[in-house]
Amino acid sequence: MKVQVRYFASLREAFGAQQSLDMPAGSTLGALRMALAASSPRHADLLAPGRAVRCALNQRMCDEATALVDGAEVAFFPPVTGG
Amino acid sequence: MTERVSVRHADFDLSAEVAALRAGDAGVGAVVTFVGTVRDLSGGQAVSRMELEHYPGMTEAAIESMIDAAHQRFELRAARVVHRIGVLEPGDQIVLVAVSSAHRGQAFQACEFLMDYLKTQAPFWKKEGGATGSRWVDARASDDAALERWGLRSGNAA
Repeated sequence: MKVQVRYFASLREAFGAQQSLDMPAGSTLGALRMALAASSPRHADLLAPGRAVRCALNQRMCDEATALVDGAEVAFFPPVTGG
Repeated sequence: MTERVSVRHADFDLSAEVAALRAGDAGVGAVVTFVGTVRDLSGGQAVSRMELEHYPGMTEAAIESMIDAAHQRFELRAARVVHRIGVLEPGDQIVLVAVSSAHRGQAFQACEFLMDYLKTQAPFWKKEGGATGSRWVDARASDDAALERWGLRSGNAA
């Protein structure tokens, strides 16, 4: 299934604003993060398990155990710092 | 009634915002506002500019749901959040939270609740610039702790 990935803040600067990719049906956001981490040394560094990376599925905050859905908009970003 | 959420480049006028918030509602007995501003110092480093990024669509929706949560928890008449994005300078206003209620207690609490929520759950990112270059601001564990006072878990900075 196809998912659209968006990045914000430091991750956007490193990877660009967005990309799309195919994931096996039933994959979680955690699996997507691992697949992205395997795509380049830069991704591997900034998406490494120890890094503070937050995510959203279809514009709602969620955790990495959340299952992807076909056509989803997924976002990865650092902890938020507004206000 | 004015819209509840505004995420924008333009500055805001506190007096005009408060007037609009309570216009036509004589049941209001208390208005509490919070205004956040850009400081010229962060972690001992001078700050000459601040850039705010957000997630268009999600940011507005997240704040709308925070206001819904505030209405469920407190006896509010109305609430309004304005958050600026783009390039700001020290002294500039960044954020406004304004709430109205029949009595002050609920208004004070709701204003603080909304700020605690916003700091840890609304997708905004600050980048500070100074003489030595620019850097993304780190999230603070103390902001997660502030939200947890309301019985809500936040793993933002953790």
